[in-house]
Amino acid sequence: MSTAHRAPDLAQPLAAGRASVGAASEPVPRRRTGRRVTGLLVLVAAIAVLTVLSVALGARAMDLGEVWAGLTDPASNAYPVVTELRLPRTALGLAAGAALGLAGALMQAMTRNPLADPGLLGVNTGAAAAVVTAAYFLGFSSFTQTIMFAFLGAAVASVATYLIAGAATATPARLALAGAAVTAAGYAYVSAIQLMDAASLETMRFWSVGSLVNAHTVPIVPVATLIGFASVVGILLARPLNALALGDATATGLGVDPRVLRVAGIAAITVLAGTATAVCGPIVFVGLVVPHVVRAFTGPDQNWVLPYSMLTGAAFLLLTDVIGRVAARPAEVQVGIVCAVVGGPFFIYLVSRRKVARL
Amino acid sequence: MTASPLAAREATLGYGRTVISADLTVDIPEGEFTVIMGPNACGKSTLLKALARMLKPSTGTVLLDGRDIHSQPTRAVARRLGLLPQSPTAPDGITVADLVARGRYPHQGILKQWSADDERVVAEAMEATDIRDLASRGVDELSGGQRQRVWIAMVLAQQTPLLLLDEPTTYLDITHQIEVLDLCAKLHREGRTLVAVLHDLNQAARYATHLIAMREGAVVAEGPPADIVTAENVERVFDLPCRIIDDPESGTPLVIPKALASAPR
Repeated sequence: MSTAHRAPDLAQPLAAGRASVGAASEPVPRRRTGRRVTGLLVLVAAIAVLTVLSVALGARAMDLGEVWAGLTDPASNAYPVVTELRLPRTALGLAAGAALGLAGALMQAMTRNPLADPGLLGVNTGAAAAVVTAAYFLGFSSFTQTIMFAFLGAAVASVATYLIAGAATATPARLALAGAAVTAAGYAYVSAIQLMDAASLETMRFWSVGSLVNAHTVPIVPVATLIGFASVVGILLARPLNALALGDATATGLGVDPRVLRVAGIAAITVLAGTATAVCGPIVFVGLVVPHVVRAFTGPDQNWVLPYSMLTGAAFLLLTDVIGRVAARPAEVQVGIVCAVVGGPFFIYLVSRRKVARL
Repeated sequence: MTASPLAAREATLGYGRTVISADLTVDIPEGEFTVIMGPNACGKSTLLKALARMLKPSTGTVLLDGRDIHSQPTRAVARRLGLLPQSPTAPDGITVADLVARGRYPHQGILKQWSADDERVVAEAMEATDIRDLASRGVDELSGGQRQRVWIAMVLAQQTPLLLLDEPTTYLDITHQIEVLDLCAKLHREGRTLVAVLHDLNQAARYATHLIAMREGAVVAEGPPADIVTAENVERVFDLPCRIIDDPESGTPLVIPKALASAPR
């Protein structure tokens, strides 16, 4: 009789044990989605605040009432400054920052090299070489002509890098070597022209500091369209890039063709970084540092790394531009310089921690 | 033996101008655990790469389900055939569960994101490889044997009837080698067709149900281990004089190298 009573007691822990063993069909806890969604909201809020600051702050001090009038009243004194200068500058800062952040993240994912940045494709040198060519051989001097040439130069350099690296047979290491070769050749060419021709030097100096000052003369709609289109392509590469992160062989096994993925990636990077560089001059460190900071927070999933890098890039560039505007009032420090001053030491810190994440 | 799901037909394999195998014809029998073995540089990994469509034959074809593997969409192939390469790389900081989940790639699309089905398959793959307790651990903190089980789980999550493994036991100590091979044997018993490249002749003889022995890019012998692991064949493939005895544990052939006359005693 007593056994009959005890049976349920025995069965209970058994059943409980079986339940925990048989939990195979239960979802595995593995997503840090909550934290990452919160982070995304914080980023968007930060961009909103920075946008307001970027419109409100500048070499010319204004109170908020004046800024508001500048936005809404075409007759006000502040209108030309706020609407015609600061708004386009803010828009350009956001677009270029997003483009550089995403391009950097794509470049690092594609080459599985945490020290890669779009400059590795020769984008910066290509643009610079085109700028001096336009000034010296063709006598172009208008800013619009310069940026169109710079974009073309960036595209040519990255295609050349890809071809020299062996096109379809390109490996990350060969891409890096080919990029270094193209960069070296490009700089030699740029230096030679600058030494020969003072006007080219002047154009180059104007372009190469990395600045958003000329935002009002930039054809913002085509620039934003190019960046927007390339961003969509770039973001869609997140999943195949996640497969590529496991090595070319594993990616092939999973149904990704690494050659096709590299072509798509290089195309997106070229348009993103080429456009931003053509318009703002070479701004280093955004593409290099932003993805590092992002990965430390999001982990290695490209579905998060890519959009995060875009937003962080936009916030970072806007922030450095605002700092550059108020740091040395009434003069300004170009955004490229602020980026290097902020990004350089930070990058040295990252490297010295030796915690540069492998990809 | 039923029709072969995966085969090479008069395939010439190599890298650049270096030819490793010429006119190689090999059938992978369905439902078997095939082990490709042979001395270093005999072309066994090259054959596996070709079967996994990572290497395109310069002449001849590799057939998956009777059709040229290179003419089929790579994602469709990835739903039929899973591959564990020799040295896959894990991104820093990735967790075990996230890595296994990446095996679902060929089953997802732009519009078909992560589903309950994916979740279930990943959980099952982790269960089958006994790594559920490691789910939230970082892959970089694991031991070599655990890590290899994680990679196998990743390939299992791909849900393919065919599994190709390139030297899955390399870099593992003997205990973990046996653990991984036992796991492979279990996956084979559950109905999958396995193809593995192995170095250890005795392990190959014990675990394989079908052996392919290669030398200098050509297939020297193939068939069940009991039939083809003979002293004569081992000498032909490895230049190694030996005796064959029955493995007292498994009854499979066990290769005992002969003591060379010149060897120090």
